[in-house]
Amino acid sequence: MAVFEEKPKISETKTKKHEIPSGLWVKCKQCGEIIYTKELRANAKVCAKCDYHFTMTAAERVAMLADEGTFREVDADLASVDVLKFTGVAAYSERLRTYHRQTGMNDAVMIGLAKLDGHDVSLAVMDFSFLGASMGSVVGEKITRAIEKATELKIPVIIVSASGGARMYEGILSLMQLAKTSGALALHAKAGLPYISVLTHPTTAGVMASYGSLGDVIIAEPKALIGFAGPRVIKETTQQELPEGFQTSEFLRERGLVDLIVHRKQLKQTLAQLLKYFSGRSGRKFKAAD
Amino acid sequence: MKIYTLEFEKPITELEQTLEALRGQAAEQKIDLSAQIHAIEEKLEATKKEIFTNLTPWQRVQLARHPKRPYMLDYLQRIATNFIELHGDRRFADDHAIVGGLTEIDDRRVMVIGQQKGRDTKENLMRNFGSPHPEGYRKALRLMQLAEKFDVPVICFIDTPGAYPGVGAEERHIAEAIAVNLREMMTLKTPLLAVVIGEGGSGGALGIGVCDRVLILENAYYSVISPEGCAAILWKDRANAAQAAAALKLTAKDLLELDVVDEVIPEPLGGAHKDYDETAASLKKAILKNLDKLWEMKTSDLLEARYKKYRRMGVFTRVEPKKRGRAKKDAAVVTPAPSTA
Repeated sequence: MAVFEEKPKISETKTKKHEIPSGLWVKCKQCGEIIYTKELRANAKVCAKCDYHFTMTAAERVAMLADEGTFREVDADLASVDVLKFTGVAAYSERLRTYHRQTGMNDAVMIGLAKLDGHDVSLAVMDFSFLGASMGSVVGEKITRAIEKATELKIPVIIVSASGGARMYEGILSLMQLAKTSGALALHAKAGLPYISVLTHPTTAGVMASYGSLGDVIIAEPKALIGFAGPRVIKETTQQELPEGFQTSEFLRERGLVDLIVHRKQLKQTLAQLLKYFSGRSGRKFKAAD
Repeated sequence: MKIYTLEFEKPITELEQTLEALRGQAAEQKIDLSAQIHAIEEKLEATKKEIFTNLTPWQRVQLARHPKRPYMLDYLQRIATNFIELHGDRRFADDHAIVGGLTEIDDRRVMVIGQQKGRDTKENLMRNFGSPHPEGYRKALRLMQLAEKFDVPVICFIDTPGAYPGVGAEERHIAEAIAVNLREMMTLKTPLLAVVIGEGGSGGALGIGVCDRVLILENAYYSVISPEGCAAILWKDRANAAQAAAALKLTAKDLLELDVVDEVIPEPLGGAHKDYDETAASLKKAILKNLDKLWEMKTSDLLEARYKKYRRMGVFTRVEPKKRGRAKKDAAVVTPAPSTA
């Protein structure tokens, strides 16, 4: 399932292929424009020339969405265990160490409570730079906790996804996270509470086959790759040419999965407006515990 | 039917052929070969035992995919009566890769739903080799909701290499179809029982697999990814599938240890395809035993137990709190004794 897990590739010998190198300048993947890194950051990591949305880290995304100083992260210390003693070309425990060193995170998702334009929300943000944001036990557990906390406090939950799918290294336990997270959303929905799913580049496989697809509203960033199977797998299986723009946000809006495509700079205000609409009669539908 | 033999089955097949020849010879020429026959029979049993008590995970995967392995409809023929198949998702089509309908097992009325593979090329084209499209999952959900409405328990037979990776499947949102099933099954107010009878191929299997009890046949497997797919990504070569199969811990025994399945149903020596009737009888016994237990439970208890069953899946740990935000050069993920949630 984890189609993109190996990208971006971490290699010790070859030159590092980060989207945003720590250098002063970065080349836009789409239009080739050379952009001053500081400028790119100031522009929500969107290319000013062609609107290409660069990948954001979870911390950057949280800073963009949460009202200043309101985000309270929880469970940052949850970490994966090499439960299967995964043996192969790459040892899982070694990989975890590498990604921890590179990202400072213990796994691929950041969760916590925040205010978004004054609304209390439970927020979960996935970080593609940690092992392709593949979902193992920790991601599944933290997403579930974020949902359950929202249900308990009677507040909305917002999940910003990016993922290559279920994490192979934890085998069947990774697959079971699909059931666990979707189950938590079932109870959240039964409590009449909103869930907004935000899909960013790329979100595929296991995450799409669970919470990614289950939002009351599903928002996608422009031109994100979104789907179940990877394009290469589909091509190989079906021996078919893939349609133009296949598995992009735009394609999925046309095909009826995505409610709306929102430019990153409008994301916060769109979320705020939706939360307002979902807050029920006289805005009392959900209310945070003070 | 064409004889199909897996590499490791060959010594068995050879002995079986010898035995058949001897018996034929004895009958034809009316001579007493019982001593020879007996010797071969004993050798056959011993060989079977030797091979089948030491199966590697990869050999089990091959057995699970054996073209002669019994499929859902083979079992229904043997354990159920008055089957009425119900077709279609009421939205787009009837997916032949998933079969569903009402039937009786002894005196229990049940809804059965499961992936169905084909026996030959023509049938396989119709069944899409047991790989469902979104319509299959939507049909499955419709039938489960129908079962819930009329207080009928549901039995799901899982046997798929995976949900179909195709253009149409993506266009009609196969991921969404599976996700909705996972969510809806969690709160469905009727007992749900799943049996992995062959291949438990990832999300395509789980899409009808969120159940109160999950049973598995001895040589079936259930995995997050196919061994070949895993090998292609991690080893960069599909030829390493055997190693991937071992690494993924996908056998019935592994799954029982990981608490992902509740019970392993034994197969005849040599695999389910060696004796359909015997396998079906074991399957039926296990199904009825579990179904009756679930049937006795109060719905609220059933739903609570179902949620908890999946809620506690996953293994993780807590690391020492340290300065966040910036990665320390030599910081390592500390993994003390694994704690289960």
